[in-house]
Amino acid sequence: MSTNAKLLYCRCAYAQVVPQAVKDEVLMKLCESVAGFESVADLCEMAAHRDERLKALAANGPLRIAACYPRVVKGLFTQCGAPLSDDAEILNMRAQTADEVTAGMLCDA
Amino acid sequence: MITHTHRPLRLVLYEGEGAITLSAEARAKVMAALLDKGYAVTRATANGTAAMPHDDRSLLVLGLFPDQKAPVLVDSTGKVNIEARDITGLDAESVVLLVEKTRGTTPMNQPGVWKPWFPVIDYSRCTNCMQCLSFCLFDVYGVSGDGKIQVQNNDNCKTNCPACSRVCPEVAIMFPKYSAGPINGDVVSEADLGREKMKVDITSLLGGDIYARLRDRSVAAKSRFSKERSPDKALEERKKCLTKMAQDGFIPAEVLAALPSPEEIMRKAEEAKAKAAAALEA
Repeated sequence: MSTNAKLLYCRCAYAQVVPQAVKDEVLMKLCESVAGFESVADLCEMAAHRDERLKALAANGPLRIAACYPRVVKGLFTQCGAPLSDDAEILNMRAQTADEVTAGMLCDA
Repeated sequence: MITHTHRPLRLVLYEGEGAITLSAEARAKVMAALLDKGYAVTRATANGTAAMPHDDRSLLVLGLFPDQKAPVLVDSTGKVNIEARDITGLDAESVVLLVEKTRGTTPMNQPGVWKPWFPVIDYSRCTNCMQCLSFCLFDVYGVSGDGKIQVQNNDNCKTNCPACSRVCPEVAIMFPKYSAGPINGDVVSEADLGREKMKVDITSLLGGDIYARLRDRSVAAKSRFSKERSPDKALEERKKCLTKMAQDGFIPAEVLAALPSPEEIMRKAEEAKAKAAAALEA
């Protein structure tokens, strides 16, 4: 597990496949912490348009991501020519509880 | 309809030195409201560093500033247009209005207009068999210079159609916005690999060689077209031809209406076959 990883939160705003209650609670917990973090409306939307910001995110040190299934998150970055490093950590708001995701995201705090 | 990305503003909710900290509840509400409108937001604190480097776009810094006076900010490199706004006393909706006003008429993608629907390849599972390339009628797939299958035209993908993931023998094709696993990216189990539903032999669809069937129907259709010349009937013919695929849940009904003509399907099939063969032989 990387220490001092940069945090990224995906809102899944374009299709709502992540449970609303989970993504709201994770965002709330991140906001209750002292951590700085990045948040994006939808990683899929960014990947669909090959958004250059995905490259910037992947290239800027270890990442810890709250989004959905790890297989698909890795695939999205790879498909944009911005593969995640091996030490990237992905928390799954579609399958894990908000507490599990938050604990994983804020494990350095 | 998919449009190109217009991301005219990068937002920063600034709570570092020189700014007053928001309550956690206010912070969460503001961030959620902005994210739900399609904006990317950085929460910048004295304790955390941003993960996203500054890019060459416009930056809007939001915060509670002393005396409600937002500082004047200038990018020393001259590459980023930076503006700051004080949000003291504003609720989340008012912050969104402020941001929208600052954005002005510059267009941007926003949720609710279209769904990001396209295949994502899990290369840890993909064997480069090219079945997806041969199957997709909409040129979504292509081959890289080094002979690797790629998603090249994801704008061509038909929303809610995950049919190509059904023909992948390795369950390597994912659709992130699909409801169920493993197509949504969930872990692939042995049961998934063995499940007949997941492994659709494209030649067995419609009870035989789909392209031969289409060819036969094309000949019959040509004969009828010469007498009837009815585009509506031609569309009906295509729909009937692929109804079984729709009935089996492989293709949404609206995709049927968007299918190319039988002649075009045959041409594309031949092209895809040639591309796949060339890639596999290379």
